[in-house]
Amino acid sequence: MKSAIIIFPGINRERDMARALTLISGRAPAVVWHAASELPAGTDLVVIPGGFSYGDYLRCGAIAARAPIMDAVRAFAAKGGLVLAVCNGFQIACEAGLLPGVLMRNAQLRFICRDVYLRVERSDTAFTRGYNAGQVIRVPVAHGEGNYIADGETIARLEGEGGVVFRYSSPDGMVDPNWNHNGAMNAIAGIINERGNVLGMMPHPEDHVEASMGRTDGRGLFAGLVDHFKLAA
Amino acid sequence: MKARVTVTLKSGILDPQGKAIEGALKSLGVGGVSSVRQGKVFDIEFDGADRAGAEAVLKTAAEKLLANTVIENYRIEVTG
Repeated sequence: MKSAIIIFPGINRERDMARALTLISGRAPAVVWHAASELPAGTDLVVIPGGFSYGDYLRCGAIAARAPIMDAVRAFAAKGGLVLAVCNGFQIACEAGLLPGVLMRNAQLRFICRDVYLRVERSDTAFTRGYNAGQVIRVPVAHGEGNYIADGETIARLEGEGGVVFRYSSPDGMVDPNWNHNGAMNAIAGIINERGNVLGMMPHPEDHVEASMGRTDGRGLFAGLVDHFKLAA
Repeated sequence: MKARVTVTLKSGILDPQGKAIEGALKSLGVGGVSSVRQGKVFDIEFDGADRAGAEAVLKTAAEKLLANTVIENYRIEVTG
């Protein structure tokens, strides 16, 4: 699996992501600067990592979404290439029009940095084949703007076509306002586009991939992607 | 030439920051405030004096960057 991590000024989670990708796929990702106009030839997976691109100025992800490399990412996605967008990456993907909706200020106005439980809603995507549907995983979040919202029509479409991939839940998989840390609509933590090749999520699966991190719940996502490309080859 | 673009949240979009400000006003004893919505103001200067041209440029700027039209409305005023 040849992956490429996109870096914008202010992105700060690229090294965690590179470490996870290298560990699980056995291959170090390419690192692509925002001003580049092309992705490396043969890229299988584009990853937009977390951080605070452009200091979150204007709106989170708004300026990064208009950077030159994003035209190449949009073209890559339009051809069916896989894009994983985590945290600020998710905000960038929404601003870039790769995914619907917006990530607003957390409902309780606080930056949240803690482990959360996610219910995996689907196991039949390239990103979640390493999990079982209904499985609960525990991964960290670290964001101030993770409150997913979209208009009623978009939410209905997402729910209707299986666009919601991860939902904030209790440890036993119950969706409940007490476990919906940022107030996201329908407790949405991660969504996938209709074609199934662009996934955005606020939590950080790359931060739970080694025993030394305390948990390895995030490995399934990367291991699933590796399997996806093995089977496709 | 000067212009102002005002970006506000669409009605129906929850505004937690506006709510917090509303609460703070109440706790300060500032009475009669029933609702606060927070927005953004961009003051923009132009070379030249082509008013219609400036309005077209500002519309592009607002649509492409200044506002996220999924959640926000914008208003353009060329102030001369």
